[in-house]
Amino acid sequence: MRRLKYWQAISEALVQSMEADPDIFIAGIGVDDFKGVFGTTRAAFERFGRERVIDIPNCENAFTGIAIGAAAMGKRPVVVHPRNDFMFLALDQIINLAAKWKYMYAAKKGVPVVFRGIVGRGWGQGATHSQSLQALFAHFPGLYVAAPASPADAKGLLCAALRGDTPVIMLENRALYELEDDVPEAAIPIPFGKGRIVREGTDVTIVGASLMAYEAVRAADLLAEHGVSAEVIDPRSMRPLDEEIILKSLRRTGHLVVADTSWAMCGFASEVAALAAEKGHAWLRAPVRRVTPPDCPAPVSKPLEDAFHPTPLTIMQACLDILELEASVSKVMADVQAQFPGPY
Amino acid sequence: MGLSNELTRELLRGMTRIRCAEETLADLYAEQEMRTPTHFSIGQEAVAVGVGAALARDDVIYSGHRCHAHYLAKGGDLLAMVGELYGREIGAARGRGGSVHLNQPGVGVIASSAILGQTIATAVGSAFAFDMDGLSRIAVSFFGDGAVEEGVFHESVNFAVVRRLPVLFVCENNLYSTHTPLEVRQPTDRPIYQRVGAYGLPTEEVDGNDVIAVHQLAAKAVAHCRSGKGPYFMECLTYRWREHVGPLFDYDHGYRSKEEVEQWMARDPIKRLSEFCVLHSICTRDELQVWKDELQQEVNDAVAVARRSPFPSVEHILEGTH
Repeated sequence: MRRLKYWQAISEALVQSMEADPDIFIAGIGVDDFKGVFGTTRAAFERFGRERVIDIPNCENAFTGIAIGAAAMGKRPVVVHPRNDFMFLALDQIINLAAKWKYMYAAKKGVPVVFRGIVGRGWGQGATHSQSLQALFAHFPGLYVAAPASPADAKGLLCAALRGDTPVIMLENRALYELEDDVPEAAIPIPFGKGRIVREGTDVTIVGASLMAYEAVRAADLLAEHGVSAEVIDPRSMRPLDEEIILKSLRRTGHLVVADTSWAMCGFASEVAALAAEKGHAWLRAPVRRVTPPDCPAPVSKPLEDAFHPTPLTIMQACLDILELEASVSKVMADVQAQFPGPY
Repeated sequence: MGLSNELTRELLRGMTRIRCAEETLADLYAEQEMRTPTHFSIGQEAVAVGVGAALARDDVIYSGHRCHAHYLAKGGDLLAMVGELYGREIGAARGRGGSVHLNQPGVGVIASSAILGQTIATAVGSAFAFDMDGLSRIAVSFFGDGAVEEGVFHESVNFAVVRRLPVLFVCENNLYSTHTPLEVRQPTDRPIYQRVGAYGLPTEEVDGNDVIAVHQLAAKAVAHCRSGKGPYFMECLTYRWREHVGPLFDYDHGYRSKEEVEQWMARDPIKRLSEFCVLHSICTRDELQVWKDELQQEVNDAVAVARRSPFPSVEHILEGTH
């Protein structure tokens, strides 16, 4: 199969979806500039021009409402936030209106706006450019929230978002953008709420989406060196959540580690832990372990930043802990961003 | 005046219908059967009716928490509104939205919202869609003087001006945001419409209790928007008679005086137009009474039907979430 980078898969999903549906347009700050949001909107701009790839003023809140009002007239806007942290400025429109539209107005259709938010990681981006808002958005009924880990999933989930009837939050981790993998040429949607087994295993289940699915696989490689067979589950979307795939895996392994790019408190990792406690308690042979950033804002200085983000090593250590195994985890792994020269 | 007798009668009848519906509902409110916070438009009907009569059926409107008059003036179904207030399945939003979330897309009432200023942006967005498709439809945003203080208003007006969008901003300045008077919230040496004009769109002030003046300005503003010249802003000076939310009068609570309320009630837009119509033989007092009786019957019937209609089924509580 043909291989694409993560950002190229997003770009291709946009172009193919826009070809199929003239109501789709892309809007956001700088979507038509020479960088094209890390390359993701460049091809769409070249193909469809300013009519459908639209640069806008700095107005995150109003523009979200503008997208909703356009969607209510039959459009399918894709609103791009080069850092998802700016979506805090748009929360009223996303949460109080888009999420509730279909229900609160008993509308035949929801407002199918797709919000792309890019999650920053590393290179000193600091407290307001390194957050991952999956738990925040997943809290609210009426939204779909997805955080694809692979190029193929990025394409498939975006294609699904652009055909559905529900507003979608797509969180794309910037650290995954250069990742290359097989991607189908056709625009085949991947349904929300369907997780995937990234790697099969028998001793411990590691649940992680987005960058954490990737890091969990690297952790599983390390664990294999210690004779531990880890199963990695990527839920792909937080809402709806594929409970079945997590519980089935837990039933096999009896051990659960959840890795997340955001904090433990009221977070996605806690949601998965609660799922295990409520519906998988009988199979748990050890307490669930959450691997999440320390309970502080993201720092800038490199040693602090290195200690902030969950890594294959911290995921591995959590697995060893609940399996009550001792192993040397002094091995150093390349940071996922090691090749990244900055600046953003 | 320049309006046909037929249109003048239509404006009067439209305002009378809204007044009749709201006063009837306000009287019934104490029964605790309508369990939804309700912001009555009583006293402010001229804005909704004057603007509504200037719109085409496929134009769209958005409103805020005080949305009953806008909904009815654009052609929203009375029974669906009453049903919604009574929390019934026949309600405009099947009992899921309540008084502040009225909508009826079939007649162009797209959304109302309890969050201040929120639907100003969505109105601009619908105008954005019309502009993209080269349509001559327009979008109208109704909001109050309080919403002008929200950031989303300024972002929205700026965007509408930059993109020359066919959106009409209708600000109903009723002097109070809940109980907070205008002078606490905004500079008083320069009125709203003058400040908004700094964004680079035509803005104008009108007596919001004079339905003919409102209508004439709205007709001019709508023509402006429809002809591709961009947005228009009108500030309508008016006054809310009842309390901010709920059916009662509230001049004994100290934030405004009985004299002030009575001064504004003396400028009742319905009374003014009724007297004008009788004076100019546009209709007779007898006709006015016949209308009132007919409209009262229509409202009574809607209330009766709503009351005997079923509540939504709890089994379906999740329906419509996604």
